[in-house]
Amino acid sequence: MSALAAEMAAKALQMGIPLSVQLDLTYRCNERCVHCYLDHRDHGEMATAEILDLLDQMAAAGVFYLTISGGEIMMRKDFFEILEHARARTFCVKLKTNGVLIRAAQAERIHALGVQSVQISIYSHRPEVHDAVTKMPGSLRQSIRAARLLRERGVQVIFANVLMRQNVRDYSGVKALAAGLGAQFILDPTITPMMDGDRSILDLNVDEAALREVFRNEALVGNAEEFCAPPQGPDADALDSLPCSAGHTACYVSPYGDVYPCVQFPLPSGNVRSVKFADIWRHSPQLNEVRSITLRDMPACSQCTHGGTCTRCPGLAYLEGNMRGPSYQDCEKSFARTGIASENLKSKKASSQPFPSSQLIQIQCLPPAEAIFNAGTPPESAANA
Amino acid sequence: MNDTRYMARSAAIASRPLGDETMVMSAASSTLFTLDEIATLLWESADGVTPLDEIVRNKICARYDIPPDVALRDAENFIQQLAGHGILLISDKPLAAANSSPRETR
Repeated sequence: MSALAAEMAAKALQMGIPLSVQLDLTYRCNERCVHCYLDHRDHGEMATAEILDLLDQMAAAGVFYLTISGGEIMMRKDFFEILEHARARTFCVKLKTNGVLIRAAQAERIHALGVQSVQISIYSHRPEVHDAVTKMPGSLRQSIRAARLLRERGVQVIFANVLMRQNVRDYSGVKALAAGLGAQFILDPTITPMMDGDRSILDLNVDEAALREVFRNEALVGNAEEFCAPPQGPDADALDSLPCSAGHTACYVSPYGDVYPCVQFPLPSGNVRSVKFADIWRHSPQLNEVRSITLRDMPACSQCTHGGTCTRCPGLAYLEGNMRGPSYQDCEKSFARTGIASENLKSKKASSQPFPSSQLIQIQCLPPAEAIFNAGTPPESAANA
Repeated sequence: MNDTRYMARSAAIASRPLGDETMVMSAASSTLFTLDEIATLLWESADGVTPLDEIVRNKICARYDIPPDVALRDAENFIQQLAGHGILLISDKPLAAANSSPRETR
């Protein structure tokens, strides 16, 4: 984030403005990714008119950054009507898509509408790996075609690479593929639980050795020594700091109108079908509770040496049962990054409690990628996820 | 020589007021700008059909104690800067049609 963007975020925080919103238009999707946290059935998505009205409300509330995501956004027949309305309301629009349905005509419209960026999920540079993750033969070829069509028109493209057991060796290949197309590259090493709380897909998380390797890859993290430096413990400023922007300057709206602090923090905080967006943002007891929490209020994390530098996600902590508690996944990331166990990990080990199924550390060694995938067939565990 | 200038916001930008400032993001360069209170007045008045000197006279000089010639000179410098970044269009003819929809220009 640039200094100016940070300054604007600080001002929005002070003024109570929801600067950023992610709006999922649908949970329907034409891919069936093994790690996806969504229920793809349509349980009553907002109609076009409801979404257009919501966009008007969000613009009036001061929302600037609008991420339009899903599901696959282009599964909605009214997608371009919604996008056109969003741009007419001068949102800074970022799209998240798999790109499969983007042909030249769609790329042209996205360009003409002045979309800020298009983020496309790419799991591997190898079709047999990517297509096995999406369970859609030919999907890598189609996603790359979309990226190329968009780049040819000057649209900013970002390849989002979620790291999991299936593609643990491929992020460098995806990064090179992105560079070849003039696209940006981001790597996400976190598999999140299903929104209904089902944690079985967390078994797809990579093991600690792979995570450690990622955290020491200077092409990804910059100065690895600095990135992996031992934590110093939280100082007074850190203790009074806010966990992240969720609920403070950002929130999420589901296809059904439910408002959460973040897509990764499914704490129901109101529904725009019955309450105005601005009223939910200002008065929701749930959002106000989230806003009240500082590091000082977290019994375990405030005492932890990682407290000031941990990337703890309050949403993952919530999904583990306590939004004021630690998040196991982040404790294990801090451990992989620095080699120093968090207070939470130490206490779990001392009490001999089993790690929850969310653990990043896999006891079983990974087979080579070639062995995981056999002629495009996903592994049993993934197919059943 | 015709000194009348018209200005219109580019369709390829995102913008939102934040307090007494305005955030403006260029889609082409992903560059974020912030406009202060006076610049925001000019920005909001950039409808493509109102001449710059009229905007300066009615919106700036009517509200702030600035000599009209100074205000106009500063405003011209300012809109040239924004035009240089591609977020404002300037013409000696009205520009309304160029800014009617985000689809029409970038």
